[in-house]
Amino acid sequence: MSKLRVSVWRGAEAGEYRSYEVPRQESQTVLDVVTFIQRYLDPTLAYRFACRVGMCGSCAMSVNGVARWTCRTHVTRVIKGDALEIAPLRNLPVIKDLVADMSGFFDKWAKAKGQFRSKRSRQDDFAVVSPATPERKHADAAIECIGCGVCYSACDVVACNPEYLGPAALNRAWTLVNDVRDSANPERLRAVAGDAGCNACHTHVSCSELCPKQIAPTASIAGLKRAVSLALLKGQL
Amino acid sequence: MNSAHSPMDGAGAAMDATRARLSDVRLQARLWLAQRLAAAVLALCVLVHLVTIIYAVRQGLSAAEILGRTRGNLAGFGFYLIFVAAVSIHAPIGLRAVLSEWFSWRCKSLDWALLAFALLLALVGTRAAWGVFR
Repeated sequence: MSKLRVSVWRGAEAGEYRSYEVPRQESQTVLDVVTFIQRYLDPTLAYRFACRVGMCGSCAMSVNGVARWTCRTHVTRVIKGDALEIAPLRNLPVIKDLVADMSGFFDKWAKAKGQFRSKRSRQDDFAVVSPATPERKHADAAIECIGCGVCYSACDVVACNPEYLGPAALNRAWTLVNDVRDSANPERLRAVAGDAGCNACHTHVSCSELCPKQIAPTASIAGLKRAVSLALLKGQL
Repeated sequence: MNSAHSPMDGAGAAMDATRARLSDVRLQARLWLAQRLAAAVLALCVLVHLVTIIYAVRQGLSAAEILGRTRGNLAGFGFYLIFVAAVSIHAPIGLRAVLSEWFSWRCKSLDWALLAFALLLALVGTRAAWGVFR
């Protein structure tokens, strides 16, 4: 049976890559590799996963320098020779080994006013939003984000400006800017404009290229730029 | 004598901070919009400028012949003034993002430095346009 040479980040912010030899198997995912190391080679290895089928997004890691869901990444797709390098997500503090601290990432969702604020009370009937309206189509295109952090890890603007809200938070804000039931919109646009907001995006498109849900945060951010500019011209900003 | 702080002082400071943030947000949005509008103008200006250069080279025009066409040409002078204005707006705003991201230069001095850079670009650009017009 052939072997994989796997370098895995061990430690926190300071640490080193440690090498392991893992048996190569058919249809093996990167998460299988990490699990093998933890179960049979080094039980002190810390990593995060839950569903194993691409629903929860918790197993995102950097594999050979690219952020991915490890449960949905077959080794054959990413291997270089017989080598794999596995590290925690970039742009996030490391708690231990492959576990990144996601709290700053989600704090930015709150900063971008990512919470829905209804215009209606519980006495009102359900809002009817036609799927054919442009606002609904924009929201639908961006709504499936599960907050895995792959886009955030891929974003070079976050790497340069740690205050930048990042693709996921801005994508979330865009869905709410287009939600006709929401009442926080001029305020939300103020929250996502500015040096750390949508206008800081350089349109590198790394977030859209790597999003495992095939969402295009770059398009959402472009929509926010238009909405912010329009609000500015109308004196609503 | 003790200086007494009322809860209103805290509220006033928070309001000042909010006002400052809002003014910053508006400034960022204005800068972004100005840069995009300047980019649209530049796209046209660069095209016209390149076509003019290619025409001059392919026709084998001498420096004297080129100056003969640009001197006193108000349309040409106006065109290059617009070109210079667009460059003076576009370049410093782009440079502002580069400097703030690469060197973490994010205080007020950055805006003053880039305003000076914008004025310098406007000055040397206008001087160049004037040089071939007069």
